[in-house]
Amino acid sequence: MNIVETQDINFYYGAFHALKNVSLNVATHSVTAFIGPSGCGKSTFLRLLNRMNDLIPDIKLEGKCLVNGQDIYGKGVDVDELRKKVGMVFQKPNPFPKSIFENIAYGLRVNGIKNKKFINERVEESLRGAALWDEVKDKLGRSAYDLSGGQQQRLCIARALAIKPDILLMDEPASALDPISTSKIEDLIYTLKAQYTIVIVTHNMQQAARVSDSTGFFMLGELIEFSDTKKMFLNPDKEQTQNYITGRFG
Amino acid sequence: MMENKMPKYSEKELVSLKEEVNSMWQLVLSQLQICKQAYLAGNTELAREVVIREKSVNSFELSIDIGCENYMALFAPVAMDLRLIISLIKISTTLERIADFADSIARHVIEDSTIAPEAMREDLKVEAMFDAAISMLSDSYAALESEHSKLSGKILHKDEEIDKLYQEGKKYLVDFIKKNPEKGACALDTFLILRKIERIGDHCCNIVEEIVFYIDAKVLKHKGIKTC
Repeated sequence: MNIVETQDINFYYGAFHALKNVSLNVATHSVTAFIGPSGCGKSTFLRLLNRMNDLIPDIKLEGKCLVNGQDIYGKGVDVDELRKKVGMVFQKPNPFPKSIFENIAYGLRVNGIKNKKFINERVEESLRGAALWDEVKDKLGRSAYDLSGGQQQRLCIARALAIKPDILLMDEPASALDPISTSKIEDLIYTLKAQYTIVIVTHNMQQAARVSDSTGFFMLGELIEFSDTKKMFLNPDKEQTQNYITGRFG
Repeated sequence: MMENKMPKYSEKELVSLKEEVNSMWQLVLSQLQICKQAYLAGNTELAREVVIREKSVNSFELSIDIGCENYMALFAPVAMDLRLIISLIKISTTLERIADFADSIARHVIEDSTIAPEAMREDLKVEAMFDAAISMLSDSYAALESEHSKLSGKILHKDEEIDKLYQEGKKYLVDFIKKNPEKGACALDTFLILRKIERIGDHCCNIVEEIVFYIDAKVLKHKGIKTC
C-alpha cells in the first residue's frame, strides 16, 4: 500500500522550474531514498511532502500530492495536523535550547498534552525509539547542547517520533556526522521502518544503497529513475543514472 | 550538467584491471595454442614451455584477485562497475582453470609415452576439438573487448560442437578398447585428453556467462543456450 502518491508534480520558485512532472509513490513502512546532484530538486520534493516549501515566497505548485489518500494541498487542509503526521529531521541537528527532556516534551505540550505521567512515558519511549535512552537516561535535565552531534541528531529524531508521525522525512540526516554516528543513524532508520515510513535525501550513495528499499534519482528537476534500490545499484535502467552513481558525472 | 572530461582516477584503476585480465587472457590463449601443437606433434620442448609458463598464469590470478579486492574496498563500485569487477574476478579464476588443463595436457606429453597414434587422433578429431576451444576463448576475449554480448550465442554453439565431438570420441574409444584391450591404457589417456578439452569448452561458456552478466546484467547460468 502507498502512503504517499504524487502525480505530475511541477514546482516553481518564481520563474525557476524546480520539479518537472514528477510522479512517484512511496510504500508504507518502507525506506525511500532520493539521490542526485545539488540543485536537482530532491530536497524540494521532500519538503513538498509536509508543505515546508509553503514558507518560501513566490512559489507555485501544480499536480497532486496525496498523503494517506488526502490531497495535502487541497482546500481546508490543516498544515499543523499534516506536520504531526509527516515529521522532519534536517541536515544539521537543531535541538531547542532546552533540556534533553524538554526537547521531547515540548512538542507534546504544544499539542495540548499536560498529563505528566503520559509525557514522561512518551519521552522515554521516543528516546528509546531513537536509540538514545541508554546514553541520556541519567542526564535528562542537562542541556541538549551538551550532547555530541550524533546524539543531537538522534534527539531530533526522538523529538519527531514523540508526535507519533506516520512518515519521517530526513534531509541528509547524517551528512554532518562522523562514521560512528552515521552508522547509528542508519541502524536506526532500518529499525524505525517497522513502524514508520521513511523518506531520506542523501548525497551519500552508499548510504542510499545501504538503508533504502527504493531509490529515486533526480536530475535537473526530473525524476530520471525510481526503482528498487538493489536494481538501481546493480543494473539501472537509464544511462544517466548509471553515469551518476558510478561517478562518471563531474 | 557538464560531463567531466578529465579521466577519473577510479576509471583508470578499472581500465588497468581490465588490461591485466586481457594480458592473462592472451597468455592462457597462447598456452592453449602451444599445448595443442605440443600434443599433436608430441613435442616435449613445447610442452615444457607450457609447464614453465603456468606459474605466470597463477601470478596473474593472484594479482587480479588483489586488484579487484582493493577496488571494491576503496571505490565501492555500483552498477556496471560492480558487474565488471565481479566478472573479472570470476573470469580470471576460470582462465586459471583453463590454463591448468593446458598444463595437464602438456605434462601428459612430457611424461606419457602412450600418446594416441596420428590415425586415432584424426578419427577422434582432436585437432578440431582444440581449435573449437581456442576459438571459444579467443571469441570471448573479443566479446569483452568490444563489449558485444551478441557474440555469446556463437561462442556457446561452439561448445555444443565440442560436446558432440567428445561424445562421439567416447563412443569410438569404448569400441576401440573392446577391439584392442591391450591398448586400453593409450585409449584411456586419450579419453582424458578429450575430457580436458571438453571441460575447457565448459569453462569458456562460464566466461561468456560472466561477459553477458557484465554487459547486459542478465544471468545465463543454468539456463541453457536459448536464453542468449
